[in-house]
Amino acid sequence: MHIMEGFLPPLHAAAWTAASLPFLVVGARRIARISREQPRAKLLLASAGAFAFVLSALKIPSVTGSCSHPTGTGLGAVLFGPSVMAVLGAIVLLFQALLLAHGGLTTLGANIFSMAIVGPWVAYGCFRLARPLGLGVAVFCAAMLGNLATYLVTTGQLALAFPDPVSGFAGALTKFGGIFALTQVPLAVIEGLLTVVVVNLLVRYNRDDLNEVGFDRRSGFGQELGAAGRA
Amino acid sequence: MTRTNLILLGLVLVLAVMPLLLPVTGELAEPFSGADGQAQAAISEAHPDYLPWFEPLWEPPSGEIESLLFTLQAALGAGLLGFYLGLRRGQSQPSKRVDARDSGARPDRTSADAPD
Repeated sequence: MHIMEGFLPPLHAAAWTAASLPFLVVGARRIARISREQPRAKLLLASAGAFAFVLSALKIPSVTGSCSHPTGTGLGAVLFGPSVMAVLGAIVLLFQALLLAHGGLTTLGANIFSMAIVGPWVAYGCFRLARPLGLGVAVFCAAMLGNLATYLVTTGQLALAFPDPVSGFAGALTKFGGIFALTQVPLAVIEGLLTVVVVNLLVRYNRDDLNEVGFDRRSGFGQELGAAGRA
Repeated sequence: MTRTNLILLGLVLVLAVMPLLLPVTGELAEPFSGADGQAQAAISEAHPDYLPWFEPLWEPPSGEIESLLFTLQAALGAGLLGFYLGLRRGQSQPSKRVDARDSGARPDRTSADAPD
């Protein structure tokens, strides 16, 4: 989903950057509040960022014969709410833009918008909607659909900037969608499964931290989590 | 829980390895290239007059350096995640060594819960 450096016209690059800025400000303030009021949760927050760090470094082969990568932003969105992921995702994207020439500074705003804003918000929305299906299913749906949403946004961003000379925006949407969408499906499933694995581990060994950030109350799984709580 | 997680990780492995075994990729000119790069190529093809107006400030000088940095990224993330999970797991279990010393002749696992 990384739009390469210089591959968005200046106007588009500026517009996506402007669209991302308010989310970054809100996310930074939320992170500052968490570190002030819930110091114990800082390490959990860092781990949510670390998860995005690992997953977005893994380029995984897909059935279409091309490679792509998960985003890892669904975990933090589910645990803390989507706003913090704008900042954590931006850190990952900045690392890759500066050290790997993967993505770029001019396209950072657009990439933040898809991976660190829309992905986490879709993940969080899916998590809330899928709650009745149980914790595991809800986390899986959240991470999987958040990943797919990220790539759909990238597809839309590229189609807006580069409409097909003949078939226009719709044609470009199909073209870029063909590159990303099918490739991404198995990777989205992989991201969903890995996120469930980590949440299972957190529920087992890190329940105090989950409670500290209010995950038990906010997620609606308080009873389920509390039942297995340690004395 | 451990069994569930092992099954889930097994599924991840199957999903990641399966594409390598499928015959379809043999016909591709460049099997398993990156989707990001393909999108870039598609732009250049449909809009040959578009010139990127900004270059990366620094690029890894070779594929080796690039893979080094990607590995570093994954290692940093995995290291921190593992440190955190391990730390809290350790904190959530009473130390066996201390238990054994405190309870004298009963260095077994259940000694911490046994009423004295």
